[in-house]
Amino acid sequence: MFEYCTDPQELEGLTWLSCYLTTGVHFLFYWAFGKVLLLLAIAAPSALAFGFLGAMAARSLIAPLRWFGKAYISVVRGVPDVAFFLFFVIALDQFFEWTRHQVKCPDWDQPIRQGNDFLVCPAAKLPLNTAPEWQHETYGFLLAVLTFAIVFGAFAANVIFGAMKAVPRAQMETAEAYGMTRRQSFWRVMVPQMWVYALPGLSNTWMVLIKATPLLFLLGIEDIVYWARELGERRTARFSDYPHEDWRMWYFLALLIFYLGFTLLSETVLRRLQLRLSRGQATAAGEAQRKTAK
Amino acid sequence: MLKSILSLGTAMALTAGAAFAESHAMTVRIGTEGAYEPYNFINDAGEIDGFEKELGDELCKRAELTCEWVKNDWDSIIPNLVSGNYDIIMAGMSITDERDEVIDFTQNYTPPSESSYVAASEDVDLEGGVIAAQTATIQAGHVAEGGATLLEFATPEETVAAVRNGEADAVFADKDYLVPVVEESSGELMFVGDDVPLGGGIGIGVRESDTELKEKLSAAIGTMKDDGTLNEMIVKWFGDQALTFE
Repeated sequence: MFEYCTDPQELEGLTWLSCYLTTGVHFLFYWAFGKVLLLLAIAAPSALAFGFLGAMAARSLIAPLRWFGKAYISVVRGVPDVAFFLFFVIALDQFFEWTRHQVKCPDWDQPIRQGNDFLVCPAAKLPLNTAPEWQHETYGFLLAVLTFAIVFGAFAANVIFGAMKAVPRAQMETAEAYGMTRRQSFWRVMVPQMWVYALPGLSNTWMVLIKATPLLFLLGIEDIVYWARELGERRTARFSDYPHEDWRMWYFLALLIFYLGFTLLSETVLRRLQLRLSRGQATAAGEAQRKTAK
Repeated sequence: MLKSILSLGTAMALTAGAAFAESHAMTVRIGTEGAYEPYNFINDAGEIDGFEKELGDELCKRAELTCEWVKNDWDSIIPNLVSGNYDIIMAGMSITDERDEVIDFTQNYTPPSESSYVAASEDVDLEGGVIAAQTATIQAGHVAEGGATLLEFATPEETVAAVRNGEADAVFADKDYLVPVVEESSGELMFVGDDVPLGGGIGIGVRESDTELKEKLSAAIGTMKDDGTLNEMIVKWFGDQALTFE
């Protein structure tokens, strides 16, 4: 990157380090931090949406919808994350390709499953074989986001389901007394009040989600843990201009600091959010706020 | 009659032409591990590099294919091939009977090679000690069959690191992988025991249903064997003492 980096063997100390830390492979490492943050930025709201829908389904008056919601919550929470990630993503990918195959290649006469092989017509491949590599990576990333959203959505759904039940009965009764319909009392009374009960559970889920991002590597996405391991490995002068000993400890230390800093930041934000949500609520925290405000 | 034969001939020529054009435009995605120098590794610029990268690019040129390299974890490299995420594997994968049941191989592009033990001292117990090997390799299978305790790791580098930090008594891997490791260790690591010939050499892994692609790549490997370019490439990446084709 810098001009003086042309001959790293001659360099020492900080100059060497500045060249070492700006190699192409290190930029892939830095970009991986962006990937993790992007994953969280998309997966967290999606998981919350899945959770909300799951909770609504689980308390629905329509029996099949209720069964579906309850089954979603208990099955997904019960399956180990790693198993879910390994099985579900491949199954999801094959399901998409199978559907496209039915639509795009109705004349295809060969079986899709031949022994171990899963074969759809070339036009049904997702992304197409001819697509540039970044499209393959984006597709893989979106599959990962969807999987994260489904898994963490199940946990969020259970939290929200519980929070909806925790809204004081008196509040709902008052809503009924005012003649609100079930739908009105749900949206106007229950939903605004349930967040304060849901937040501690949701913040747990968020913290676990932050720490679960290394599962990305199981899906073939090169995340920060993959690069830390790859870059920290001992390098010999034969295959690298920057030979070094086993530095995995330092790279993982950097990851530790990143994750700790990020969870610390999250805690601060969540604490403020909890304070804000407690305002005017019929809870002990809301009551305490009302008293000090006087 | 003659006319119909002629038109049949034209039709066949046309189909053949179309098939040729199709194969020329065909994109083949090559899956590799990127952690097994000198076979395949990630260089300082973050690109895939190594013996197999150079060989693969040359084979694609000869077989008139457009090739794209994809990195994949070793553990899931075969499942991702059969589910169609890429089309062939070039990742230092030895041809073995177990793998041949699941996928197919082209003819080998390195001769059946030796696997060796590397340890930190001469007097380790290879029969009853702790031997490190990469998960799902022929070496791991070999150690598991013997009397030694097998210690498996996900990447080749970790198997060597286990010997350095004393977790394992020795590492068992492809000799071609271990030669640079020993040379660069400045006397800390050494070869111990006898070399063991394992497997049928390294080949390109393809899906069992992809016979046409397999034949094409095998033919390309054949031409490289015949004109000596494959041997030159082996010597370039593995050194003068490496096994070459006759």
